[in-house]
Amino acid sequence: MPVLLWTDALVFLLVGALCVFAWTCARSETLRQGWRRVASNGIGMASAVVLAVFVAIGLLDSLHFRPALEKPGEGGKVAYSVDVLSVLDLLVAPLRERRERTYSAPLAVVAFQKETVQRPDGSQVREFPRLRHGGAHLADPATGRATDVAWRTAGGLLLGLAAAALFCTAWIAAIARVRRAAFRATAASVWHDSGDAQAPVHWRAFLLAVSVLLVVAAPVLLLSMHYHVLGTSKIGQSVLYLSLKSIRTSLVIGTLTTLVLMPFAVLLGIAAGYFKGWVDDLIQYVYTTIESIPSVLLIAAGVLLIQVYMETRPGLFETSAQRADFRLLMLCVILGLANWTGLCRLLRGEALKLRELEYVQAAHAFGVSHWRIIVRHLAPNMLHIVLISAVMGFSGLVLAEAVLSYVGVGVDPSMISFGTMINDARLEMAREPMVWWSLAAAFGFMLALVLAANLFADAVRDAFDPRSTVRRTGFRIGPARLAGRQGEGA
Amino acid sequence: MSERPALPLLEVEGLRTWVDGGTSIVRAVDAVGLVLGRGETLALLGESGCGKSMTALSVTRLLPDAAEVVAGTVRLEGSDLLELPEKAMRDVRGARIGMIFQEPMLSLNPVMRIGAQVEEALHRHRRGAAQDGAMPRARALALLQAVGIPDAERRLDEYPFQLSGGMRQRVMIALALACDPELLIGDEPTTALDVTIQAQVLDLLRGLQRSRGMAMLLITHDLGVVAQTAQRVAVMYAGEIVEVAPVDAFLHGPAHPYSRKLFDSLPERGRRDAPLAVIRGSVPALDGGFTGCRFAERCDHAFEPCRRSAPSLVQLSEARQVRCFLHDPAVAGAKVPSPAAPTAPAAPVGPVPDPGAQQGLAPALLVARDLQVHFPLRGGLLRRARGAVRAVDGVSLELARGRTLALVGESGCGKTTVGKALLRLVEPTGGTLSFDGQDLRSLGRAHLRPLRARMQIVFQDPYASLNPRIRIGDALDEGMRSLRPEWNAAERAQRILRLLEQVGLPAEARLRFPHQFSGGQRQRIAIARALSVEPQLVVCDEPTSALDVSVQAQILNLLRSLQQQMQLSYLFITHNLGVVEVVADDIAVMYLGRIVERGPVRAVLSSPAHPYTCALLAAVPRIERSGAPDGQTLPGDPPSPVDPPAGCHFRQRCPRAMAICAQRYPDPASLPDGRAVACHLHPAVPAGR
Repeated sequence: MPVLLWTDALVFLLVGALCVFAWTCARSETLRQGWRRVASNGIGMASAVVLAVFVAIGLLDSLHFRPALEKPGEGGKVAYSVDVLSVLDLLVAPLRERRERTYSAPLAVVAFQKETVQRPDGSQVREFPRLRHGGAHLADPATGRATDVAWRTAGGLLLGLAAAALFCTAWIAAIARVRRAAFRATAASVWHDSGDAQAPVHWRAFLLAVSVLLVVAAPVLLLSMHYHVLGTSKIGQSVLYLSLKSIRTSLVIGTLTTLVLMPFAVLLGIAAGYFKGWVDDLIQYVYTTIESIPSVLLIAAGVLLIQVYMETRPGLFETSAQRADFRLLMLCVILGLANWTGLCRLLRGEALKLRELEYVQAAHAFGVSHWRIIVRHLAPNMLHIVLISAVMGFSGLVLAEAVLSYVGVGVDPSMISFGTMINDARLEMAREPMVWWSLAAAFGFMLALVLAANLFADAVRDAFDPRSTVRRTGFRIGPARLAGRQGEGA
Repeated sequence: MSERPALPLLEVEGLRTWVDGGTSIVRAVDAVGLVLGRGETLALLGESGCGKSMTALSVTRLLPDAAEVVAGTVRLEGSDLLELPEKAMRDVRGARIGMIFQEPMLSLNPVMRIGAQVEEALHRHRRGAAQDGAMPRARALALLQAVGIPDAERRLDEYPFQLSGGMRQRVMIALALACDPELLIGDEPTTALDVTIQAQVLDLLRGLQRSRGMAMLLITHDLGVVAQTAQRVAVMYAGEIVEVAPVDAFLHGPAHPYSRKLFDSLPERGRRDAPLAVIRGSVPALDGGFTGCRFAERCDHAFEPCRRSAPSLVQLSEARQVRCFLHDPAVAGAKVPSPAAPTAPAAPVGPVPDPGAQQGLAPALLVARDLQVHFPLRGGLLRRARGAVRAVDGVSLELARGRTLALVGESGCGKTTVGKALLRLVEPTGGTLSFDGQDLRSLGRAHLRPLRARMQIVFQDPYASLNPRIRIGDALDEGMRSLRPEWNAAERAQRILRLLEQVGLPAEARLRFPHQFSGGQRQRIAIARALSVEPQLVVCDEPTSALDVSVQAQILNLLRSLQQQMQLSYLFITHNLGVVEVVADDIAVMYLGRIVERGPVRAVLSSPAHPYTCALLAAVPRIERSGAPDGQTLPGDPPSPVDPPAGCHFRQRCPRAMAICAQRYPDPASLPDGRAVACHLHPAVPAGR
């Protein structure tokens, strides 16, 4: 039975909105040029690939359903499990289902702690018990593990390289077809990134990023068939699985919060700057007041309010997943309400500047209504600010989620997120030997996501910010001058 | 004096500067050569984008990051500046070469006192030299006095924002002079200033140059400035020097066709009845190579060799060079026309209506009586009004159908505010305003809309007046859609095509975006937009002051022919008296929010009655050089409109102020030739004389 959680609905709404935006971009010359500039930026292209992988995982994780139970319920009706699963859960079912009892280190074959085990002969020993799944196929874990891991890694690397080569070849062939050029020439031009002058998409960065991802992913895939690549958590879940599931939470927080704050920031910001007078005063008082409350307190208060509301109405949600999802959505709303002031202030300043420009005055002279002036003349000329701050704000929100969950006012404890992973790992940091892998995995994944988002944001800003138009064609004329002068002397 | 010819002070040879244009390389300066002797003033003349500023920046090695000198030498007394390490170059700048830039607002540090900035310049370059006087403050004071800053002692402790634009430019000159440079480079030093202030600054520069024996490289686009200050002139076009000549010879007979065209397109008296000469087309892009003469495409005299090969500089006489085949006997042979040959007379536009005949007959289209616009100054906790900027303080105007009224004044006198208040883009705070008999001031936003279709405005800045994200067609459509709902989409599309044709743009322009057009083309689009709703009155707010002379001539011709076709009335706001002479029927001179003199253009300009009008006319740099300039430049700056002086506003700067001027503001008096003057020299005659 498909389940449409609130956040799923909004995520797909957002995807739809992005499609509409892409269509607008394709029609508008200025926007198309901007995106072309992003595509010609090597770092921007590479980070876009990484982001796209994260987004794909997040989208797969947003297709939820409740599996049918094996035995039908009374009256022949199909009964559904109370567990809400996603398509991602199905794809990585082995990761999800192969649980250990508790902690185990990455690629381990035995548990992390000694346990008292009863031998078949009745004697009891304290030893590291074999894991149920990790390395279960090995007859003699003590000797076979190292070679097995090495073989699988090497095989994975080879597989990854092969896949990368195949992908690059296919891609270049496709480009060659579009350009109607010879394969060899296309490959050379891609490598020297001298595409056609109109749209120099940085294919080299794109292909390199895809190749690196494939080369990393393939060994992980092979190893994860028989091992826990990133170890297991306290209740024996694979940390790799937890990390993959956390991606959706982060993306939802990052994007839906932006969606919540955008109408406040854009409408109020433009209204304040355009109408001035008492409208401006009022809006400024509101956001100055909000900004003067410490935002963590504001968010904590909001979350506690929601928590009390949900606890007093236990019948509100059918499944625990829906309950956790509602809390996630509310967190987005609260974060959004606490975060719109910065963008609003920026837009107010821009509107104050634009309203005095002569084309706006000309529109006044034509008796054009306020609303049309805002929609036609002000908003399009502020789009770059909105775009830049949305992409830049995304990474800040992902980090904010981690911090809030750590403090205990973040997502539902049952929901998998980087914040809850870190919060759980915090207690184990003092152990000897240390349980480091939960924290390291959360850190690594978050770093990749946020870094990709930040680099992408930089590329977007460079491409759209009219003030950063200092671009170099990369021409070097120093040597030419020297040569010219030597020629003169001769 | 010496046997061997003395080394010239500055010698530029084969200078090439390329700029990274993002997608292509722009050859902004292409093999420029200049020679400047000691104590000489050379004017580098040219329109925007011809590479004159880049030349100056190359000489001082202050090029932006995207630009680089590719070839050539710049020798200051024989030593090549381009070879010097940056550290040595810093000592050359300031100590031996002083620079003045165009924008006095941006050239001074806003958080440093004037004195500190001057002392810093002194200190920086005087370290090694003998410490003449342990008191840099005394030297700074002497410098400020030398550049004619009144009350210099007090000014030393003030910040740049407390100074007017003219004063700031003087401080800039003081900074440039701090270390007695041998060469002063002025990059459009007076372009941002008003004519009366410009006259002061040019006077100062001339005086300083004479007394200090300094050489000056003056970059300008203004032929008047050239005539008043320079000894020699070098004309630049598309990155090349096309003509070098002594100023007198140049003014009497420019040799290059481009220079001649520049003269012909100047709006001046006597060019009223015929359209101004224009240079067709626009400056070519500098990112490719040229096969022939760079000017050939736009030249009336171009003949076959011009398109085949590039001309080189031809030596006409000892001091004159010109880059044109017409003057190359080897190529042109007998084709050389006389240098001062008048350009072919353009077809007359038609009879200009006689100003006297229509006055009184045509009912006034627009009447303003005692119009006031005061902007409140707010302060304190509750933002109460504490005073007011009296931007417009009692202006009365009348404008008849089909006529042009020029509103003239210096910046800050309130003329733009008048224009906007007439269209209610700024709310008037007092007075009455009527359009075709209807009271404008009492109408609400909704009731004003039908009238908006009958009056429109064209703005000054062609870059800010079009929304960069809207196609031209949509921009033209906007007004019709709003104000002419009776026209359907097909009719509007038809009208857009006709409008584009009227202003001389191709039909496919409607599909393009503003950034694909040049400044002059954008101004045409702005005019088309204003005309789209078929107005009767168009307020033209300095429509040509951001444009080059040749483009200005095109726009003025366009405005005049449109006026005749459509019986338009223009309120023409400008600070350029030359433009007034060409386009206007009547003129109103504004000073500090009030009109001081008003009347038919010919009468006012030929025999101005108000001392301010006289001063304004005298300050305009004229090309006909009659020995020394008129000598009398207006002292001081316009007072602040927050608290205007008691009595006549002009009395503090007036050369003919009397005792009564301080007591009360003069009443406007009517002169027999239909003029009105507000001055005690022309006392108002009591009614019923």
